[in-house]
This record gives sequence, structure tokens and C-alpha cells, in this order.
Amino acid sequence: MTGSRPSRRQLIATATTCAGASVLPRPLLAQGAQPRIVVIGGGFAGATAARFLKRTDARLDVTLVEPNPIFTACPFSNEVIAGLRDMRAQLFGYDRIAADGVAIVHQAATGVDGRARAVSLANGAKLDYDRLVVAPGSDPRFDALPGYDEAAAERMPHAWKAGAQTMLLRRQLEAMDDGGTVVMALPALPYRCPPASYERASLIAYYLKTRKPRSKLVVLDAKDTFSMQRLFENAWKEFYPNLEWIPVSSGGNPTGVDVAAMTVSSDFDAYKAAVANVIPPQKAGRIAELAGTADRTGWCPVDPVTFESRLVPSVHVLGDAAIAGAVPKSAFAGNAAAKICAAAVARLVRGESPAEPKFVNTCYSLAAPDYGFSVAGVYQPVNGQWLEVEGAGGISPVDAPRAFRSQEAKFADGWFNTITSEIFG
Amino acid sequence: MKAHHAFVASILLYVGTAPAAAAEAPPGAASCSGCHPAKASVDTTVKRLAGQDAAAMAATLQAFRAGRRPATVMDRIAKGFSDDEIKAIAAWFSAQP
Repeated sequence: MTGSRPSRRQLIATATTCAGASVLPRPLLAQGAQPRIVVIGGGFAGATAARFLKRTDARLDVTLVEPNPIFTACPFSNEVIAGLRDMRAQLFGYDRIAADGVAIVHQAATGVDGRARAVSLANGAKLDYDRLVVAPGSDPRFDALPGYDEAAAERMPHAWKAGAQTMLLRRQLEAMDDGGTVVMALPALPYRCPPASYERASLIAYYLKTRKPRSKLVVLDAKDTFSMQRLFENAWKEFYPNLEWIPVSSGGNPTGVDVAAMTVSSDFDAYKAAVANVIPPQKAGRIAELAGTADRTGWCPVDPVTFESRLVPSVHVLGDAAIAGAVPKSAFAGNAAAKICAAAVARLVRGESPAEPKFVNTCYSLAAPDYGFSVAGVYQPVNGQWLEVEGAGGISPVDAPRAFRSQEAKFADGWFNTITSEIFG
Repeated sequence: MKAHHAFVASILLYVGTAPAAAAEAPPGAASCSGCHPAKASVDTTVKRLAGQDAAAMAATLQAFRAGRRPATVMDRIAKGFSDDEIKAIAAWFSAQP
């Protein structure tokens, strides 16, 4: 260190002591450097983070790493499976995000060096970062359910990642003879968007009732209780005598599959399926694991204020990959958390403390076309963990009139249009 | 001492030349745009919040919270916010273009 120029370390030290002054020092920006933020994953959480980082502070150098040129949205893909919606309504491009000044790199991230702060890409390139945001979603655990591996998913689609799997399940339902049994297998918590499992069961039952009236749906579940349960069960009672839900306490726990025999086994029985939709246990997307941000549960523990990894400094984990207290693994929560994280990261690179955040989650489910309901929650950090604010949130009224369900179905539609417009529009 | 002078100079240079960062949303406000559209062109029946009158918006949220205004989900959400938080959110939205 010479007397004439402050080192970066010295600037940061000064920054710390000056916090609270009216003109706050900015360790990265003060030197004229553009802080480099790399975001891995262009889904609801990652694409939101990239766009809002740039929007929050145009000086940030933001790069979004996402292998697919087109994003396929998972919310409402159950309607696609049931033949109620065109897949094209689920597709979004990254042009508008790029137009905001985010650099889009259509490559797979293959590694993260948290010490050197660099991301390596499939094409051999490297991206240096000051802060990294990892939002890879969830991956199926192909070692968790005996017989269910990647090849099995081509015969018994999970359709828990929208795209080819969604269309495969839809085509299988369409090709099935009337009278066949559809078997669904649902895992234990935690996994991506659990209420969507019961929405899917409802909409497959709707498809069968209207198109294959001699067919039935058996749902094998590793759970006894689930979100919005009374709302779903009331709708099933009203609309779907063809749907049989078998919870874990009645022997419904899925224990394995036999692809050749087309059977799904539970604790007590093997169910012969004309079509099988197997939703396996899940874990954080692979790159989160490679980055060292996943713990032994397979998910990524994070700080509730900044979503910074508890395991790797300067790496933030968003969306379904993160385990963040009570925060649900939903597209809405992924989007809301990403906006909080973007604001926190923008502050951190300026040398400021992040603001105490709060956010809302609202998830809509459809039990039939024009029949929707919701669960909502308000979340805030308490003692280092995200907790739901007591007395707020909860599910739609159980005894609401049909017009209420119809209105919530319309709000569900509006939600999808609004959130995808905010992220991709 | 010299270092300190250089540092102050760099701040002044920075403040003088760089564009300001966007005003940050108060706690909870960033979540609203999940359902309430930022742009008028979005196909939804849900109301746009930008540019609303702050006092009217705060009163609406308080009425949702108290169950005095019919709602599907806003009653459940508003219960998670204090008067001060509601006022900050309303003021922020009223200032949005």
C-alpha cells in the first residue's frame, strides 16, 4: 500500500465505518468498476432477478445464463395436459429482458468456482462475477423411487418441468382407450409447487369425465394432508366420482414403478396404469449442487433478508432450489423473492445494508375450468428465518358461492398474464 | 490522510457523474405486481396501482384488512400489514408512473 492511493481493502474498511452517513461510500462502484452480477437460470425467479437488478441500478453489469432460447412456463401447464390450453400460451422469449440491457447468454452453466468467483459455461467460456444469483429450479431425484429413472420418465412422464414432458403426458391421455386407469404418484414434501399436484389430479379427472367417461384416476400420495385440501376435496366430491385419492395412511405411499408392466406400487398394492404420471421426489437444480450451495437435503439454505447462500458467500439462491423457512416453492414466491434479492444485491454492491424485506405469496389452483381458489401468505424474516405473518393469509372460504370460484379462476388467468408480462413482456 | 482525500474525491466524482439508482419499493410493495399489472396493456381484470391516490389506496387496504370491503384474496393479504406499512406502500405506488 502506498500513501497516495487507497487500496480496495482500505476503501471497504472506510465504507464500513461510514455507514449511515448521508453520502454512502460504494466499494465496487467507487472505483469506476461496473459490478458484475451473473444470474444462472431464466425461469420465474432468475429472469425476474436479472431484469430487476438492471432496473434497480442501470450501472450493474447483469448477465443472464440460460440454455433455452424460449422459456416454457409451468403454471397453467396442467391446463395444457388436460387439453384446455394451447402450449403456445406457455412460451416466452428473452428479447425484452435483453432490451433492458441484460446480457443473455444461451449456454448451460457447468460449474461455479465460489473462491475465484467465476461461472464456467458449456462452451468453455468463463464469466467472472462480483455477485452470483443461482435460480435453477428443481430436478427430479431419479435415485429416490425404485424403478423411476430418466428412461422411465419417457414412459411415465413426471411433467413437473414444463415442455416435452407436458406434451408427452397430454398425448398419452389423448391416446388412451376409454376405460383405462390413470395413476398419479405424488411425493412427500418438500417439492416444487405441491398444490399443482392436486390441481393436476382435478384437471385430469375433468378430462376423463368429459372425454373418457369410463376411465378413472387413482392418486397415490405420500402425504395425508395438503394445502387447500378441503377446497379440493369438496370439488372432487362435487365433480369427480372418477377420482380416487389414496393418502399415505390408507396405503397410498408410492414405493416404486415397473415400467415394463406399467404398474405403480404403493405400500399395499400394485396399480396397473394405462397412463402413469409419476412426480418423483426432487432436489435443487444441478448447478446449485455444483456451486456448493445445496446441503445434505438436496436444497439450498439461504439468508432470509438477502437470499445469500448460507454455504457459499456472494452466491444468492432463488426460486424452487432455495430452502427459505416457510417460503413456498411457487412461481409467485420465486418472482417476489427475486425482487427482494435484486434490491438487496444492488445495495450490497454499493456497500449499503439491505433493507428488512416482507413479501406476499398468492397461489391459484383450478379444480375445473372456471372454478378456482387460492392460498395466500405474508412472509417476513424472524430470527434468521422466513415466517408467515400470523393472522394473515390462508385459503379461500370453503363455503363460497360458485361466482366466487369463477372470479378466482379469472384472477388466476390475470395473474399469469401479469406476472409473465412483468418478467418477459 | 492523503488516502482519505482521494477517497472523498472519488465519491464526489461518482455522485456527480452516475445516474441515481431507482427508488426502492417499501417492504411488501414489490410483491403486488405479481397480480396488479404495471402496464395497462396486460389482459387482466385486476386493478393497476401505479399513480393511484395514496390516501384512497391506504383507506382501501385498511378496509380490506378490517373486512369492510368485499374481497377474494385482498382481505387475507392486507391482514399482514400495519398502518405504517400500508401508508408506505400506497405512497410508493402513487409516485409510480
